[in-house]
Amino acid sequence: MWEVLVSLALIVALAWPLGRYMAVALGDAPSAVDRVFGPVERLLYRLFGVKAGRGMYWRGYALAFVASNVVLGAIVQLILMFQHLLPLNPDGIPGMSWDLALHTMVSFLTNTNQQHYSGQAQLSYFSQLAGIVTLQIVTPAMGMAVALAFLRGLNGGRNAKTAAEGQPRDLGNYYVDTTRMVVRVFLPLVFILSLALTWQGVPSTFAGAATATPIDASAGMSEQIIPVGPVAPMVAIKQLGTNGGGWYGPNSAVPLENPTPLSNLLEMLAIMLIPVAVVFMVGPFTGRPKLTGLIFGVMATFSLAFIGISVWSETQPNAAVAELAAAGPNMEGKEQRLGPDASALWSTITTQTSNGSVNAMHDSLNPAAGMVAMSGMLVNAVWGGVGCGLVGFLVFLLLAVFLSGLMIGRTPEIYGRKFDVGDTRLLSLLVLLQPLLLLAATATTLALPQFTGNSNPGSHGISQVFYEYVSAFANNGSGFEGLGDATKWWNLTCVFMLLAGRYACLLIPLALVGRLAAKRVAPISAGSLDIETPTFAVTMIAVVVLLTLLCYLPVFALGPIAEGLSLSALTDLPVTH
Amino acid sequence: MNTQTLVGAKMRTAVIDSKQLKQAAWAAVVKLNPLYAAKSPVMFVVLLGTVVTAWLAVSGGPSDPMLGFNIAVSLILLATVLFANFAEAIAEARGRGQAASLRAARAELTALRVRGVVEERISSSQLRKDDVVRVSAGELIPADGEIIQGIASINESAVTGESAPVLREAGTDRSGVVGGTKVLTDEILVRIASDPGHSFLDRMIALVEGTARLKTPNELALTVLLSAMTLAFLAIVVALPFIAGFVGAKVDVVTLVALLVCLIPTTIGGLLPAIGIAGMNRALRANVIAKSGKAVEVAGDVDVLLLDKTGTITHGDRQATEFHPVAGVSKSQLRDAAMLASLADPTPEGKSIVALARKQGYTLADPVDPHYLAFSAQTRMSGVDLPANRQIRKGAADAIGAGPWASGASKASNGDCTPGSKGGARRRHAAGGRRRPAPARCGRAVGCGQARRARTLCATARAGCQDGDDHRRQSAHGSSHRGDRRGRRFHRPGDAGRQIAAHPRRTGARLLVAMVGDGTNDAPALAQADIGLVMNAGTQAAKEAGNMVDLDSDPTKLLAVVEIGKQLLITRGALTTFSLANDVAKYFAIIPAVFAAQIPALSALDLMQLSSPTNAVLSALIFNALIIPALIPLALRGIRFAPSSASALLLRNLLVYGVGGVILPFVGIKAIDVLLSMSIGV
Repeated sequence: MWEVLVSLALIVALAWPLGRYMAVALGDAPSAVDRVFGPVERLLYRLFGVKAGRGMYWRGYALAFVASNVVLGAIVQLILMFQHLLPLNPDGIPGMSWDLALHTMVSFLTNTNQQHYSGQAQLSYFSQLAGIVTLQIVTPAMGMAVALAFLRGLNGGRNAKTAAEGQPRDLGNYYVDTTRMVVRVFLPLVFILSLALTWQGVPSTFAGAATATPIDASAGMSEQIIPVGPVAPMVAIKQLGTNGGGWYGPNSAVPLENPTPLSNLLEMLAIMLIPVAVVFMVGPFTGRPKLTGLIFGVMATFSLAFIGISVWSETQPNAAVAELAAAGPNMEGKEQRLGPDASALWSTITTQTSNGSVNAMHDSLNPAAGMVAMSGMLVNAVWGGVGCGLVGFLVFLLLAVFLSGLMIGRTPEIYGRKFDVGDTRLLSLLVLLQPLLLLAATATTLALPQFTGNSNPGSHGISQVFYEYVSAFANNGSGFEGLGDATKWWNLTCVFMLLAGRYACLLIPLALVGRLAAKRVAPISAGSLDIETPTFAVTMIAVVVLLTLLCYLPVFALGPIAEGLSLSALTDLPVTH
Repeated sequence: MNTQTLVGAKMRTAVIDSKQLKQAAWAAVVKLNPLYAAKSPVMFVVLLGTVVTAWLAVSGGPSDPMLGFNIAVSLILLATVLFANFAEAIAEARGRGQAASLRAARAELTALRVRGVVEERISSSQLRKDDVVRVSAGELIPADGEIIQGIASINESAVTGESAPVLREAGTDRSGVVGGTKVLTDEILVRIASDPGHSFLDRMIALVEGTARLKTPNELALTVLLSAMTLAFLAIVVALPFIAGFVGAKVDVVTLVALLVCLIPTTIGGLLPAIGIAGMNRALRANVIAKSGKAVEVAGDVDVLLLDKTGTITHGDRQATEFHPVAGVSKSQLRDAAMLASLADPTPEGKSIVALARKQGYTLADPVDPHYLAFSAQTRMSGVDLPANRQIRKGAADAIGAGPWASGASKASNGDCTPGSKGGARRRHAAGGRRRPAPARCGRAVGCGQARRARTLCATARAGCQDGDDHRRQSAHGSSHRGDRRGRRFHRPGDAGRQIAAHPRRTGARLLVAMVGDGTNDAPALAQADIGLVMNAGTQAAKEAGNMVDLDSDPTKLLAVVEIGKQLLITRGALTTFSLANDVAKYFAIIPAVFAAQIPALSALDLMQLSSPTNAVLSALIFNALIIPALIPLALRGIRFAPSSASALLLRNLLVYGVGGVILPFVGIKAIDVLLSMSIGV
């Protein structure tokens, strides 16, 4: 318990100054940070032909975002398929099949890191570094760029003072925003964290796999191959950039990725650090300090509730081994050295933040904790992924503004900009998209047992399939596992969910804010809705809970709730069958 | 008179008679026409569900053990659609009743049409726009129009209910006349304003009756969101049997349709048209004719009210009550100068100064060889040039100060004005020669009631009020009188329009402006304002420019309009919240019922302990259907709106309709279940 509280306190203590730094480093006003990083950035701008001074309207911003993604995606797809022809492949790993390469590429391009492969066995060092790690660094920065554009839009864009009503607004320069996020935030932090992890014993080498001879050869293994490589930097960025895709298949549950209690703490802090810092950045970045208060209040409420339920759930015994072992916390699928608290905490924050790295198997969580993990991903706006979590939150905020606006008798408006029918249409599309795609995919896969490929029948099977799609749409990337998911069906359906979950959920809000920004601004009067109040925070919480509950209660009822109720019925009653 | 109580009183007296009920019931059936039903996506889904369940009930044959249940579900679904249609129909019927009483005032009238020298008596329905008619004392005015010649006192009680006659005169701001009103004295020539069937009243009637009713932007936005929610619930219900199939549970299609109808926002979907029509009804009942529903809705958002005060609030009869000389000027000197300077000021104010001076003992003979300068709203001063180069001017302080008159004068007068302003007075400065300025104290004929209502107006609109006054200090004073924090004024007629246009440049923000006016000079401002409320007595140009006409010619009527606009939105928002909050209880009724047989563990979700799975589904459906007629009175009346801060209002509605919306169906469904199990013994 103390471990949980200390971790959370440390996260807030570190995220606050980082958020202030980010507001300065990513803000539009010149600052001292420019002098430090300016030369490197100007070199990059010259290399890529970026005109740093030129602002972009929302369409230009969206286009730049999509174009840069297409180019990066194509390069990585080729690297993955032809890695056997490329250097840095000491273990002679063959090229990936096109569908697995496509899923892997899209999964990393969308900052999801859902892995239908095992990195140590199926990727060369070159693929890991040039393909995977590059995307892990760049894609969260891209998400952050869209969030920055959104925040500028809320204030009417950078040309708010000069532009007339209806004129398109300057939301910033996409390439500059992305570059600054990489150079000014990610690279320094990754450098520090990877040094710390190397110090704790995470491998950091270009040498091939190590071999060891087990003392006890009775298990049939005469020689054990231990894959190593430049693991530490990748673990650092996978944690910091809400990526989650590890070097090894079992992710941070493997001692080579997460060797010590200190490394576990550092990695856990790194999961939350930037998503929480983004919240602290909002206030100074937009000049609306109370907005940070609102966002932090709502997110922290959800976060603590989720963590509370999850940690409680995992201290309960596992029904599967009831009466077979001594009563105690649920240790199935957990590392003995990490224990239930740290595992439950990790499982909760990794699903809230769209990170998706794991240090325990979510498949083995008790049903309540499993449901919390799914809820975290369904809401996907409690801290959320770097940048995209904030965008998701602001979409919920707009929805709550719409309802509250009606309830106080004024046309819904955010910071004086009124919603029209077109804005509501975009908002409705976002509301509709998630349940429509998730339920359609889950229902189809469950109805076609030849494609399902899961290890459990019954309610737990429903949870496995649903979790996989939720994880894909939320760009989370964690797996409930127990799924034979390296098939064409799973790869292709997940690719679709990944793309929708990333691009629809960033581009539609960008379009929305682009429209809103150009609106005329009504002055704030006593009659306008003040969103930076506890009342509105409560409204937002109610909207998020109600929407999630209404859309997913049936699936929850058939999945984790039915499982939980059946299991508790089993443990309560004496075993008769 | 307080508009709030006026509206309230009239609302209570309006009862629905049995004839209206019959009409509405029949209309509810007629509205089942799919072409019509398709206009509301939510209710269209219910109608489709009715067809599906009915077909399943029939195709199952008489031996189907679920026959009774299937028939019951179909009937409840049909009732749900009928209830929604009925809500809309009853709102329309009430509107029609109201419109009919207004229309009765303009039954067939005869008109004396003037064409050149030819005058002929024709039916009022033959009148066309721009025809000119002669109306003499004792006759009814055949149609809306504008007096182009003459002056008459008119009894407008047929339209406004106000029995005191009003004066209407050609060429003034009060030249508009309404069809069906009676000329009491004199004879006038009236130019007809519109073709038959196109008058404001006809437009309003069409709006109320729903024939010309377009969905307002806000209504459209809500419909879009409700449609998205409906589609999402459709996805949930379609996915459910496939997901349940994985654990070997089968789901009955009729039950699925029942679940769908329970989940989609039928409460708000069914009441949405009624809420809109009822809003127009309330506007009409407040004697406001709106040209569109949008105008009423936008009223709730108003940031600034521009009141063309002179002649609108004060009815122009500002009266001088006292003279306040500055130091070194005797009272009689000031009196005489003010008197002379006001001789050429035909405004009520000027006349009152003359009257006051005479009352206070002005006895001088008329001046010899005077050269009068008439008062004009442009110069904002009047005066007289006398022989011996004696010039006397009277006018607004800043107009005097800006002129070639003694520069020290304006200073002195400004300093001297302060006590006067505290007393609620308006000062005109009489500048005698070049050195004798003195403020004259003029009491205004703005009654206390007016001030109080205007204050309520600002509190309701939560907006700054701006005066269309032509005097700086007067305005600042007047607006503080109305609880304003952002007093503004414009100094010459036409400035109102410039004021509206100037906002974007000045503040980077454009305010949502409501303008109240009547004169032709207000027309540009009325046209530019988001809400232009025109006094019925106003000129035709003003009426064309504005988007609402107040039959009572009461400028604070805007209060009623703002209230109605806010009520409209609040009612929609609260019922949407209520509708969605209701779903929680319905889930807890239906989900355990659907899977009771196959997944017994889920019975733990049956919080209400309902008597049987079929009863659970039926109870939820019946609750869902009955809540619509139960809320019709609320939809028609609108949710009570008391001026308070936005946060307080939000919290209140969130508690009542959000939290209440979660709790109420638990109670309601349980109660219906108890009644059901008692009556059918299951």
